Amino acid sequence: QKFQRGEKYKVPAGARRRLKEAIISSETMSELAQKQAARYDLLLPEDAGFLEGDEDEDTNTISQDVIADAVDITSGSKYFSLHLSQFGPYRLDYSRNGRHLLVGGKKGNVACIDWQSKCLMCEMNVMETVNDAMFAVAQKRWLYIYDSKGVELHCVKKFNDVLRMQFLPYHFLLATAGATGFLQYLDVSVGKEVAAICTKMGPLDVMSQNPHNAIIHLGHPNGTVSLWSPNQKEPLVKMLCHRGAVRSLTSFKPLNSCFLSAGASCLSLSQRGLLSAATEDIVQVYQNVLGSSPVSKPYMAHRLRGQIWGLAYCPFEDVLGIGHGEGFTSMIVPGAGEPNFDALDTNPYRSSKQRQEWEVKALLEKMQPELIGLDPGQLSKVDQASFEQRHKEQVEALGFDPLAKDKFKPKTKKKGRSSAGAIEKRKRKVAHEDQRDVIQQTVQERTEREKELKEKSKEKKNLENKTTLDRFRK
Amino acid sequence: MKVKVLCRNPDDYVRETTRDIQRVPRNYDPTLHPFEVPREYTRALNATKLERVFAKPFVASLDGHRDGISCITKHAKSLSTIISGACDGEVKVWNLPRQECLRTVQAHEGFVRGICSRFCGTSFFTVGDDKTIKQWNWEAPGYGVREEPINTILGKAVFTGIDHHQREGTFVTCGQTVDIWDEQRSSPIRSFSWGVDSFSCVRYNPVETELLASCASDRSVVLYDTRESAPLRKVIMQLRSNTLCWNPMEAYYFTCANEDYNLYTYDIRHLDVPVTVHMDHVSAVLDVDYSPTGREFVSASFDKTIRIFPKDKGHSREVYHTKRMQHVICVRWSADNKYVLSGSDEMNIRLWKANASEKLGLLSAREKAATHYNKKLIEKFQHHPQVRRIARHRHLPGDILKQKRELREMREARRRKEQNVRKHSKPGSVPLLTEKEKHVVAVVE
Repeated sequence: QKFQRGEKYKVPAGARRRLKEAIISSETMSELAQKQAARYDLLLPEDAGFLEGDEDEDTNTISQDVIADAVDITSGSKYFSLHLSQFGPYRLDYSRNGRHLLVGGKKGNVACIDWQSKCLMCEMNVMETVNDAMFAVAQKRWLYIYDSKGVELHCVKKFNDVLRMQFLPYHFLLATAGATGFLQYLDVSVGKEVAAICTKMGPLDVMSQNPHNAIIHLGHPNGTVSLWSPNQKEPLVKMLCHRGAVRSLTSFKPLNSCFLSAGASCLSLSQRGLLSAATEDIVQVYQNVLGSSPVSKPYMAHRLRGQIWGLAYCPFEDVLGIGHGEGFTSMIVPGAGEPNFDALDTNPYRSSKQRQEWEVKALLEKMQPELIGLDPGQLSKVDQASFEQRHKEQVEALGFDPLAKDKFKPKTKKKGRSSAGAIEKRKRKVAHEDQRDVIQQTVQERTEREKELKEKSKEKKNLENKTTLDRFRK
Repeated sequence: MKVKVLCRNPDDYVRETTRDIQRVPRNYDPTLHPFEVPREYTRALNATKLERVFAKPFVASLDGHRDGISCITKHAKSLSTIISGACDGEVKVWNLPRQECLRTVQAHEGFVRGICSRFCGTSFFTVGDDKTIKQWNWEAPGYGVREEPINTILGKAVFTGIDHHQREGTFVTCGQTVDIWDEQRSSPIRSFSWGVDSFSCVRYNPVETELLASCASDRSVVLYDTRESAPLRKVIMQLRSNTLCWNPMEAYYFTCANEDYNLYTYDIRHLDVPVTVHMDHVSAVLDVDYSPTGREFVSASFDKTIRIFPKDKGHSREVYHTKRMQHVICVRWSADNKYVLSGSDEMNIRLWKANASEKLGLLSAREKAATHYNKKLIEKFQHHPQVRRIARHRHLPGDILKQKRELREMREARRRKEQNVRKHSKPGSVPLLTEKEKHVVAVVE
């Protein structure tokens, strides 16, 4: 079931009574929690959207106008476009709860709108090129942060030539990658720069974050993707992904490969696993990307005028926003959004009071950047190495092993049945338990030794066969 | 062509009126909630820090005695009354919520050695240095009437302790011998002795009401059954026990407070090895009392602290001390599991919270849920070094800290010597004794 976190923990064989009891009780608790969560699943109010074509119709030939007509008015109004052709191709970002949309044009127009009510919150003209938008706007030279009215709050001069930005919401970290090859992390709650890493890989143009473990992925022109965390100066992982340059990147929990017809310039992944890829002026949406079989046919397609610069899915809606040379278009993609949100985490319908409470709680639970790593659940695992080391030190200090199981001492008051022979019999019954571990270990050692011997003999054979006259043999 | 696009009706998600509470739809899908473990860890850290911030255990001090306090007893039926006896023979009845003394009785000439209240809650008994047992009424006498005991029994020797049966009208005293008395008689119905000089404390088992235990001056703890004619058995330790207390939930465990700075929990079925050795005090332990849940107990010591121990752990979870509190002679855990009372040498009884950071008073449902959640978080992450460091931190007065370090050095030195002896002698000639086995000398039937 999807609520299971990790495997069941087996009780180790020679465990003491208290450890066994603790493990069993915690396992029953976690099973109960899983069952209750699964039961609550039935009560969720909304269902996901879908699009099914008729027998001979192909879903990707259905155009947006047809969909907008077939659906009710509110959903139909989600397909709209803004013609903003003067200020260059647009990049965009949706806020976390899907309420607000920020569009930034390359020639300097930045606007934040509440896109459902089409109410413009602020708009301003920044007379410089806008590279990436987030409410922090990476302008040509430095990083500027604006508030909701459009008033400039900060101009961060330390972050220069920023090309891409990503916000890690649970750590309140803004990760920026620039043309100088530096990856910098800014803590927006405190205002301090947490880490500045010099990736020696040239200008960084392609960036994405893995929302599951807050690792930043950077794509490079030689086809490698590197994974970074603010704690280390070197990349955590470097993998070769493409033969050509990596042009766009999107990350999700398990990484799989999918087959695309032509090189995509922009990628975006929705909450329910729909991947959209944009080339030149066509946007294609693929379904079931995370499955095992490679997908060849797109689920939906849309053609626009103008070159596409930015793609983003709205978090809890069936909408894909496209920023292009002619402005901004919002496209309906049934089945893209997660139908049921958790109001304590991200709530599109929150009031200002709720937002204030949420902000305070989120700041209290802000995680330290030291906890960012490849496995977010590492804190819950037992640190085997340090435990063993401490145990060794303890044994040395005390002179004996405090965790070793006590030897079995049979009871001697058995009303006339406690003769020496009977005691020996009782001891023998339990003796196999102690011997089991010892036998296992010896057997393991023996098998390992045999394996090694075999490998050695194989190598020897190979060496022996080679003589100097081998090259004259056919 | 079948299409369905996700469409939410805002009326379902926004509250109807401003007098309503907000609607909070939840989805427990783990993909919507990444970083479960680090977020919980951060919350656990915050919870431990807040717990330490709110840890203010001292509630009140009951003033009024004119000499050091030698014993305290709870009322059998009422949570708000206690009686305390002082070293000048005075007995005071206190009302805890108002923190005032209801009544003062000059009970004995000399020390008040023991007080116990009768199970029905109408009278209480006191024994003192003047070799008498007196029974008094709980209610104060009317105006103008002199304070008179209901009953006085004269004995041949000084009595040092008293305890009353849970259900019947019998009580037991200890002094030179352990005597069982019936309330109507003026001489004991049975007397137990085992060639011991004197007994310091006697207690009835609250669950198995026919069992008794007493601490004797020959460093032993003796077990009795009132249905038998002779004592059952005794366990002799290396140093004398001052007091003992039975576990109110588990009939076969009792804990004795010893002079060698430790407390020992014994199982009466296996007296040869104590179940647990509780080590944390730096001076002789004078009194011990169990919480009514039977999971923890509090101990008072000659070093001027009281410590709360979990029943199965070897170290204390909490230590209470004040500059004004001198040697603590007696300690009691209140019957509602929330407060601890300590009576000390400087004539004050202090009231402490058993759980130092809990909020007193009526809590709303959300507050209760939040406190439970925080407690569980701390318990879940208790082994992580950062959380453990904060949760374990307690301030100790300077000389107690120094004494603690000194004792640790001494113990390390002894252990090293024993290890060296074992290393350099014939293997098997020096037996390996665990810490528990070291303290019991013998068990005698």
